[in-house]
Amino acid sequence: MIPQSPVLVVVIPLIFSFLNLLFGWFRRGLCYPITLVALALSFLASLHTLNIVITSGTIHYYLGGWNPPWGIEYVVDHLNAFVLAIISFVSLVVGVYSRRSVEQELPDKTVFFYTVFLLQVTGLLGIVITGDVFNLYVFLEIASLAGYALITIGEDGAAVASFRYVIMGTIGACFYLLGVGYLYMATGSLNMTDLAQLLPNLYGSKVILVGFAFFMLGVAIKMALFPLHVWLPDAYTYAPSTVSALLAPLMTKVGAYVMIRILFTVFGPEFSIEIFHVTDILAWFGTFAILFGGIMALSQTDFKRMVCYIIVAEIGYIVGGIGVANPTAIKGAIFHILNDAFMTACLFVVAGMVMYKTKGHNISDFRGVFRKMPFTATIFMVVALAVIGVPPTCGFFSKWYLLLGGIEAKHWGFVIALLLSTLINAALFFRVIDKGLYLHASEHTGLHSEPRYDEAPLSMLIPGFIIAIAIILIGIFNQAILRNIIEFAVPSGL
Amino acid sequence: MLMMIGFYAMIGKRNLVKKIIGMNLFQTAIILFFVSTAAKRGGTLPIIEHAHGHGAHAIEATAYINPLPHVLMLTAIVVMVSTLGVALAIVIAIYKRHNTLEEDEILRQQK
Repeated sequence: MIPQSPVLVVVIPLIFSFLNLLFGWFRRGLCYPITLVALALSFLASLHTLNIVITSGTIHYYLGGWNPPWGIEYVVDHLNAFVLAIISFVSLVVGVYSRRSVEQELPDKTVFFYTVFLLQVTGLLGIVITGDVFNLYVFLEIASLAGYALITIGEDGAAVASFRYVIMGTIGACFYLLGVGYLYMATGSLNMTDLAQLLPNLYGSKVILVGFAFFMLGVAIKMALFPLHVWLPDAYTYAPSTVSALLAPLMTKVGAYVMIRILFTVFGPEFSIEIFHVTDILAWFGTFAILFGGIMALSQTDFKRMVCYIIVAEIGYIVGGIGVANPTAIKGAIFHILNDAFMTACLFVVAGMVMYKTKGHNISDFRGVFRKMPFTATIFMVVALAVIGVPPTCGFFSKWYLLLGGIEAKHWGFVIALLLSTLINAALFFRVIDKGLYLHASEHTGLHSEPRYDEAPLSMLIPGFIIAIAIILIGIFNQAILRNIIEFAVPSGL
Repeated sequence: MLMMIGFYAMIGKRNLVKKIIGMNLFQTAIILFFVSTAAKRGGTLPIIEHAHGHGAHAIEATAYINPLPHVLMLTAIVVMVSTLGVALAIVIAIYKRHNTLEEDEILRQQK
């Protein structure tokens, strides 16, 4: 058992990003292997950490040997380790996938791209693993800044979209910092476990309430919770395909993880549910997010934009599940973090593959594409079924738990929104499949009857297949995942 | 007060550089807010005078102002400067593409 594995998960991508810059100056071809090695090592370290947590319980790792509450502490419990494994796996798969796409879209920026890519992964991993609220702010900003830079190098509207994201994201991060400030003023501590012990005596104080409000607002902006989601569609549509595939699944889910931490670990369930009733508000915001995302997605003509609105709806599922706040719903919400990360990554991987071949990401660009790229079509089918929620893909099971939780709590708005959104997703995906598979008579512009097989390159197909197979496997083995990991990740005292 | 001015500038002004200045103002205001929580009436600078390892006297902590917010805010200042750098780089990219820095012009060009 390597005792340093929690720190290695974060430090390896960081060091390798600098190595990347160093070696990339001399030989550009070295960037891709260095990135892959870094991500693979980080993934192994995170699996190791997950293993330790499952077998022996929560890990407390003191950075530099300084005891908390003076030093920074990394607390890895089941929720943490789980999200860590998700992030490192998705970033590894997207890293493998990225090579052809980056060659085509960003030919002269490879070195910088991979450097910032690794920094982004460092930031995301750091947010998840830390047990100190100020350290979380630092990693949040690392991840956000890397994200802004990565989005800007995309297509035509990317710089403006990224600028809007910069403004909104900075407001979110600053609100988070204000929250940290208020808590520090009242308690004198920055360590999450320490705060959890100090705060119950102070629940009535106005300072704590204001701090909590600022925390929630900051995290909601970063998470793209309706109505603070406005930066998301533009930013992820105009970004390069690899960047969308990396950021879209991970950034918002990490925000959801931070919200769970603040609501239940730092502030304690009694505060969030009974004293302040914030979870009721969150449940309604989740419901509106689901409906809003679904309706907006129906009216899009651009595939990536449609997927962005689907992401808004999925965040609505997770936040609604947190808001309903009984153990079943929270199990569903945490499981949905896993599922949605994989589904979104897969959707953007498919979009990237289509873009590699057709140079566009409008739905009309999908015309007839599935006849030429059958493997891509298969992957797309799997992920479409997952988003709609058909067993045995994973999407069904997380929706099932969310629905059960909503019915248990008699929150009918949430239940109806979930069911409606299933219908809307079905309509959305059938529209794309229709465009891709069938050539209607009105569009027949003299195409020959033999579709040539013009499939995407193997280095892009294999990651797509890995994610699609993972989606099915997670669905089949969902009970194992739930029983061993998620049951322990649900905050106690609910 | 400073925070609100910065916040208004970020949203209300239409020139992109003014928005960036507003963002910077907002972040600086937060930093000042943090630092102000460290002050104490009659407190002095948190530097211990005798040489390192010279003698381990007990230190009367209440006489010194709290150094921790200052340290945290050093980190926050670094973050602020890097955000400023990234934002300005993005604005350069926007200018190269649109040849203007007014938000209305840019939105009109994008239609």
